[in-house]
Amino acid sequence: MIAWLVRRLAAALAIVFAVVTFTFFLMHLAPGQPLLPGAEAPVDPAIVAELRHQFGLDRPLFVQYGKYLTALAHGNFGESFALHRSVADALREAVPNTLVLTATALSIDLLLGFALGIYQATHARRMPDIGLGFVTLFLYSVPTFWLGLVVLLVFGEWLRWFPVGGMVDPALHYALPWIGRAGDRLWHLALPALTLGLVGAAGTARYQRAAMLEVLGQDFVRTARAKGLSERRVVLVHALRNALLSFITLAGLSLPFLLTGAVLVETVFAWPGMGRLAADAVFRRDYPVVMAVTIGASVMVVLGNLLADVLYHVADPRIRVSGG
Amino acid sequence: MNAATLSFAIVLVAFLLVEVARRLSTRTTMRRRFFRQPAAALGLFILAVFVLLALAAPWVAPYPPSRPLDIVGLQDRPPSLLHPLGTDVYSRDVWSRLVYGARVSLSIGTLAMLVAVSVGALVGALAGYLRSWVDAILMRIVDVGLAVPRIFLLLSCVTLWEAVPLALFVLLIGLTGWFATSRIVRAEVLSLRERDYIRGARALGAGSGRIIVRHVLPNVAAPIFVSAALGIGNVMLLEAGLSFLGLGVQPPTPSWGNMIADGAAHLATAPWTTVFPGLAIALVVMSLHAVADGLRDALDPRREGWT
Repeated sequence: MIAWLVRRLAAALAIVFAVVTFTFFLMHLAPGQPLLPGAEAPVDPAIVAELRHQFGLDRPLFVQYGKYLTALAHGNFGESFALHRSVADALREAVPNTLVLTATALSIDLLLGFALGIYQATHARRMPDIGLGFVTLFLYSVPTFWLGLVVLLVFGEWLRWFPVGGMVDPALHYALPWIGRAGDRLWHLALPALTLGLVGAAGTARYQRAAMLEVLGQDFVRTARAKGLSERRVVLVHALRNALLSFITLAGLSLPFLLTGAVLVETVFAWPGMGRLAADAVFRRDYPVVMAVTIGASVMVVLGNLLADVLYHVADPRIRVSGG
Repeated sequence: MNAATLSFAIVLVAFLLVEVARRLSTRTTMRRRFFRQPAAALGLFILAVFVLLALAAPWVAPYPPSRPLDIVGLQDRPPSLLHPLGTDVYSRDVWSRLVYGARVSLSIGTLAMLVAVSVGALVGALAGYLRSWVDAILMRIVDVGLAVPRIFLLLSCVTLWEAVPLALFVLLIGLTGWFATSRIVRAEVLSLRERDYIRGARALGAGSGRIIVRHVLPNVAAPIFVSAALGIGNVMLLEAGLSFLGLGVQPPTPSWGNMIADGAAHLATAPWTTVFPGLAIALVVMSLHAVADGLRDALDPRREGWT
């Protein structure tokens, strides 16, 4: 178990290192010229040279790579070209916001998706299953940001139940007592998290339905039924335990999906997170920010997979005995 | 990418559809398994309608797609008899743009999918058949590729070029989308390579290249077809997202993604400019999922029964 864990950790580290190396060379071998984003008047070449020197862009590539790695090891992602602050600072502000959004969305995704999937599997090929199957297929096929726009239109513009963007109410928030502030935050979180969570839940439900149907067809379920157990007990105790394994796998797999969705949903709802930071940085050709966000997203994905792997090992005795 | 390339791509889509239909029609059991699911049949029908609309765009679109009609009098008009899906903020007819946008969106989806599936199938077959160090290296690359969410990889790439030409955009989407396919193909090939007929081919002196192309790949057609169908859908969603951020297909060329983006700023006053292209994407992607499910059932006898 320990040896396995060490191997998995080493592999995860190697993957992150490869991602760092790849993004670094991709960024620095590209044809674009940084530091000159949409300059209107021609800029004095001397100033450009001075700036390039200041950011270390005139050094040989391998020197820059070495310096980048050393800095990364110290948690330093360099200076943003456009924001005039360190990338680490910008990330420190943005990452928690993204984590709040994705964590809430992940809870909605897993809880709702799991419940729907099991309900559908136990009612397979009957009206509720077919109806829900259609709804989940639709949500699964819709562009996430489009769903965000529609949700915004209906609940933000027409019904005016929820705010149309941002994390807090800019005028009211700081005048409120702490409980009011918490409420204000939740109120702003509702629409983006729901958008992201619903799309995720649709995928989870489809996957879980199939997994549960497979389990329900196995011999031990027939045995449980033959023992005369109630259908409720068969489904909720015997089958569910086994279907839980796919739950763990799914939680790990959902992360890249949610992070991708977050880029667009954050833009739609003006949510100041990692995704929006990256989308804005792309237009300003702000390499260090785009690199840092890409690396950050990969680290989250790798950690998510690692966690899912470990949980799977803990939860499934069959693997523990045979795999080691 | 110019009009000729687009027309070529859309003809290619039509050809692929006809090919799927023809294969299904010559093999009775396959056809029965496919059409046993009404959703798959409906999906194929809806796809065919969209491809026909795209092919016939000049005849079914009553107005030019990219030219404003009357910037003063026809801005953001709701759907009416003259403009069945309304007009957008530049007074362009949404239906006409939707039909021409189908060309762009479907072509991008298909071409990028072809790149992704070809690379994925090849890498998967090489890794699975040759094993040893080839497998180790290729699969480590896949591990890394799967660790970066695709959109961040594309955002990084798009940052590098001033304006990404459409052809390059398609290539980039294709080249970032093969990782999952290659894993699936590799797993299939690993189990195939020990079969007797492969050993037989090897004993007869066939080289690795010949065995992979003639004997291995045709027998992993099922997962390849399925991931192709799903791949088109994924690419279309991705194209929509990137175009929404302003990084994909550049206006005034209509794509379903940048139509949504154009409408987003006027969501409250002219929701139809946003809603209809989104529904079109949803409809096509749903159909692709249904067709993929049908293909999986039709091509893989092992799955008979429980879905």
